[in-house]
Amino acid sequence: MARIGALLLIAITLVLVAAGWVTSGGLTRHEIRSASTPTEAVQSLLADVQAHNWDRAYARLANTGDVEQAAFTRDLNGSNGSLRTFSALESYDVWPQHSNGNEAVVRANLHWSTAVGPIDDVRDLKVEHKDGSWKVAWPVPSFPKVPPQVIPVNYLRWDIINRGAEDDWGEQNVDTPQVRIVSMNPIERPDRLIIVGEIVNEDTIPAYVNVNATLLDQSQNPLSQEGSFDKISHTLLPKQVSPYRIDFPGVKLSQVKSVRMDAKAMLVPASADPVIEVTAQRMDKDAMGKNVLRGQLINQSGQTVNIAQALAAFYDSNGKVIWVSDGYIDQALLPQTPVGFAVDLPPDVAGRVQNSHVTVNHYSIANNS
Amino acid sequence: MKRALSALLLMIVGVLAAAGAHAAELQVPKQVTAGNAFSIPTTGSGSATFYLVGPSHSAKRQVKLGSGIEVAEDEIRTSGRYIATLCSSDGCESADFFVAATNPAHLSLLVHPSRVRVATNNAMSAVAFVFDKFHNLVLQPVPVEFHITVKDTPAFSKSLNSSNGVAWLHLNSARKEGPAQVVASIQSDSEKRVVQQVASDACNLRIRAVRKGKFIAVETEPVRDCSGNSVPDGTVVTFTKVDASGKTTVDAPVKRGVAKVDMPAQGEATISVASGVAMGNEVRIGGTP
Repeated sequence: MARIGALLLIAITLVLVAAGWVTSGGLTRHEIRSASTPTEAVQSLLADVQAHNWDRAYARLANTGDVEQAAFTRDLNGSNGSLRTFSALESYDVWPQHSNGNEAVVRANLHWSTAVGPIDDVRDLKVEHKDGSWKVAWPVPSFPKVPPQVIPVNYLRWDIINRGAEDDWGEQNVDTPQVRIVSMNPIERPDRLIIVGEIVNEDTIPAYVNVNATLLDQSQNPLSQEGSFDKISHTLLPKQVSPYRIDFPGVKLSQVKSVRMDAKAMLVPASADPVIEVTAQRMDKDAMGKNVLRGQLINQSGQTVNIAQALAAFYDSNGKVIWVSDGYIDQALLPQTPVGFAVDLPPDVAGRVQNSHVTVNHYSIANNS
Repeated sequence: MKRALSALLLMIVGVLAAAGAHAAELQVPKQVTAGNAFSIPTTGSGSATFYLVGPSHSAKRQVKLGSGIEVAEDEIRTSGRYIATLCSSDGCESADFFVAATNPAHLSLLVHPSRVRVATNNAMSAVAFVFDKFHNLVLQPVPVEFHITVKDTPAFSKSLNSSNGVAWLHLNSARKEGPAQVVASIQSDSEKRVVQQVASDACNLRIRAVRKGKFIAVETEPVRDCSGNSVPDGTVVTFTKVDASGKTTVDAPVKRGVAKVDMPAQGEATISVASGVAMGNEVRIGGTP
């Protein structure tokens, strides 16, 4: 009986020790240490990032001595009210690039779900075999720091006074701005018809513009109607030109007899600030082998631009707009600090591109503009 | 014979009955002036119900036949066609009359557009509507004086008679930018509107570029339209620079008549400029000396 009691006591002690090991993170540590392949290491890291389990994700890094946890978290979680701060890692695809037994490179395509739609982020991650398991050597994040300074900003601002309720009926509001569609080209793609072109604000005041298109069939009946949505610079300053793009999924060009374009313009208060320089533009290929137009955005103003969108128009040798594409930048644009961007274009279009023009849409949380 | 006498008797009764019905007949004036009270005489005796229906007013009241029906000034303030109806035990009788606007008192002025490019023919229209004190359109011809003042040019006046309550004229915009003040007046009132005459598209857009270390400072000459007017501040000028690092574009707004930008540069660079659909010159700048 005494022997049974002793065995029972030992068993209970072992169970309690095991429970303590599990609750103190022993299982996690074991799991972290047990990444048996580079791909598995990256997958486990991204699973923790997806779950916002930053401590566990950080523990999976091989270079914790070089990367601070705060910087690692900020790199993935965003900062300064950037688009990344309004994002969540929805899913990811991981595949190995090469491995030599001690080191490997794994490509990860991160599918972020953001406030403006899905965004893909492709990263080549170095993975090291360390302490009997594979761990990710996270690229040391470098965050730009803007030194304390005063940046004088004296660009124009337009305010509007509308007619009051007491005013005579003959006293009308100021006329809406004059805008004009300067080009419109239909492009047939395998799964859709796309209308691309440019619109100019011909007036001397800012305009909030939107372009809608109605496709008419052979009997001149409406076939489909769509708007440019976010594929346009909605706020146009005087004489500013914006590309626009309207997609008609599932429509073939042969179904369409004509297109009815409708440019709507409203008078809105606006500011000429911030001015964003688009620099170092060049055609390139991304990690996935896609054709992209790369460049850098430099915010010349003194206020942070939280969310920026690069909108590019591509022209052929005749100056005709043959493609319009856009890309949101997941980093905030700090004053005077270059931030890279890339917008992709199909391979058959890339070969015909002779010129391009990039405009930047911007949103700042500070003034809701 | 007996049958003929009965028919004659019936006819006499009918005529008498008809005469009795006419006792409530309304005799209204063809036209009255808005806001001026008047009386509608009636004949007969007894009481009746009076109805007055107008464009913005209706009334019902009991009246005594044989005396006048008073229509108060606040019942006929709106011009237009009114119907007066008198119903007695003998039936109903209706008559209509027209209430015309009284003397001109107010003016409404519509000037279109609120902004216009310089040197454009028939670019502006000014339309004046003449109203009386009750805001009825005065249909009789009324002389309306238009007075147009543009900075640095002689003032221009024109007198026109309103037709059916409206007087209008078309105007050319001046060659010089600035506000055009349009005043329309009648004896008792005047209204003022302002039309902004604005510069047209940029013309002869030219830039100059100077290398400053790693940057090229690019600046336009004062941006003017073909009439020599400065384009408004805020007008966007697009600078494009192509060098070894690729292409750089900046949409810079005009400030104090010029647009300027500093662009990073590597080696030789070609810089061009455009504003809206107007293209400017192109400059080439050599590499670092």
